[in-house]
Amino acid sequence: MRALRLALRQVKYEERAFRRNPAAAFFTFAFPLIFLVILTVIFGNSDIEAGERVISGATFYVPAITALTVVNTCYTSVAMSWVYDRDAGVLKRIRGAPLPAWAFLFGRIAYAIIVMLALTVIVAAFGRLFYGVSLPGATAPAVVVTLAVGAFAFCALGLAVAAAIPNADAAPAIVNATALPLLFISDIFIPPDVGTPVWVERVSAIFPVRHLSEALQTGFNPFEAGAGFEPVHLGALAAWGVAGLLLALRFGSWEPRR
Amino acid sequence: MPRVGEAVIETRGLRKRYGDVEAVRGIDLRVERGEVFALLGPNGAGKTTTVEILEGHRTRSGGEARVLGFDPERNAVALRERTGIVLQHTGLEPYLTVAETIDLFRGYYPRPLPLDEALAVTGLEAERDRRVRRLSGGQQRRLDVAVGLAGDPELLFLDEPTTGFDPSARRGAWAMIRGLRALGKTVLLTTHYLDEAQALADRVAIMARGEIVTVDAPARLVAAEDASLIRFRAPEDAALPAALAPRATHADGYVELRSPDPVRDLNALTGWALAGGAALAELTVSRPSLEDVYLRLTGGDGGAEGEA
Repeated sequence: MRALRLALRQVKYEERAFRRNPAAAFFTFAFPLIFLVILTVIFGNSDIEAGERVISGATFYVPAITALTVVNTCYTSVAMSWVYDRDAGVLKRIRGAPLPAWAFLFGRIAYAIIVMLALTVIVAAFGRLFYGVSLPGATAPAVVVTLAVGAFAFCALGLAVAAAIPNADAAPAIVNATALPLLFISDIFIPPDVGTPVWVERVSAIFPVRHLSEALQTGFNPFEAGAGFEPVHLGALAAWGVAGLLLALRFGSWEPRR
Repeated sequence: MPRVGEAVIETRGLRKRYGDVEAVRGIDLRVERGEVFALLGPNGAGKTTTVEILEGHRTRSGGEARVLGFDPERNAVALRERTGIVLQHTGLEPYLTVAETIDLFRGYYPRPLPLDEALAVTGLEAERDRRVRRLSGGQQRRLDVAVGLAGDPELLFLDEPTTGFDPSARRGAWAMIRGLRALGKTVLLTTHYLDEAQALADRVAIMARGEIVTVDAPARLVAAEDASLIRFRAPEDAALPAALAPRATHADGYVELRSPDPVRDLNALTGWALAGGAALAELTVSRPSLEDVYLRLTGGDGGAEGEA
């Protein structure tokens, strides 16, 4: 009970520290909208062939940017902040206090998920308002489940990659080098009808970003007749998440590497 | 009530091995309640490793350790509720204020120190609402101590608390540490500064090469060092009295003489000088300092040893 109260209190302090750095907070929120607008301008809001259906460019980009948001707030931010705080000794100090490790992690991850959900709502509202994108109705539960599984997978992978990063100077390079290529080959920046080679799609199908983007495309697809759940993609995401969690537990550390 | 004489820290044969290197080689340590106990030693002597084992940050390879009656490896949370740790290099959230930072940590403990007291002991009252990133180096270090005190600990680990301080900030920090002792806290202090240990510690343990070389009150360590040092300027080929010559060493144009009986030796020396017309320029006689004891016990230039 006490530990749970402490965990919730961590979220409050994470939020306060985030709010106190307004420049960083502003760009965190502006970032996905910038991408949504730029990509819709470059590739046009005209029709895109998505599977058997034809949808507008923005209808494709709203879930695509939502997937980008999950990767950024969970994977990139969690990995970077872990490495920076580990190097600065923040984590070691926390380990010296009687705060259970899980309560600290809970604060970190819960706050990442809150930011991710806020960004998802902003992106969806922006798409609805300015591009007339229709939002999920019957498939809303599927979208929520996909976001939850995606957040779990990418937070776990963020902690796992943090364990492999030797120091804070190396963090941006390693995190970007692992995330950016996958974002390019997983139908996030570039729409699927551009003519991506099949082998590239096969390669990207191994990795979790494509599973997330495809599951979200289904959830946001206005022509989706069913509930919009993608069990195969969700299963693959969950498997990546469990693998990431095990690696993070085995190799993760709270102390600066020497 | 503090029970004087009760062991707060006790180790027997404590060992730590990193691969082929044995950083801590079987140390016995006993720190009593209410003491300021200083751990001195060159880099690589095993001080940090020892302290980190006691803090629960490291596991030991062998031996026994009890801190406040707990095994530091096992009762992590129960022990952390009653200890405070002030490490050398630790960060704090830069965008929170001083008061918020202390409050954040106070919330982790069942019986925290009142915020105002934490601010007062560390002299941070005026910085209360200041953001951490706007503090000076000395203020940040004092905030480190305030955070270490947040849980009103019985035992405080202080690792190099004044490194990088200017002389007046050091005096301020010393006053603060004396204040902690007045509150009945037990303090385990690690430091490079011998004057700091001499000024603050009730007892000092000197470590070298993973072992404790000696433990005692600083004044008694100095008193036990029997030889005074007689020193004067003289050419290297000066023919000293026969009674003194074998013990004299020459360095940088000075003659140095370790003397267990300075009255007798000075008598011989001044007699020789008057008879031969030697000047004994810049003659000094000094009692050994803690530094002399330290250098002798740690094998001279201890800083040359590698980091372990």
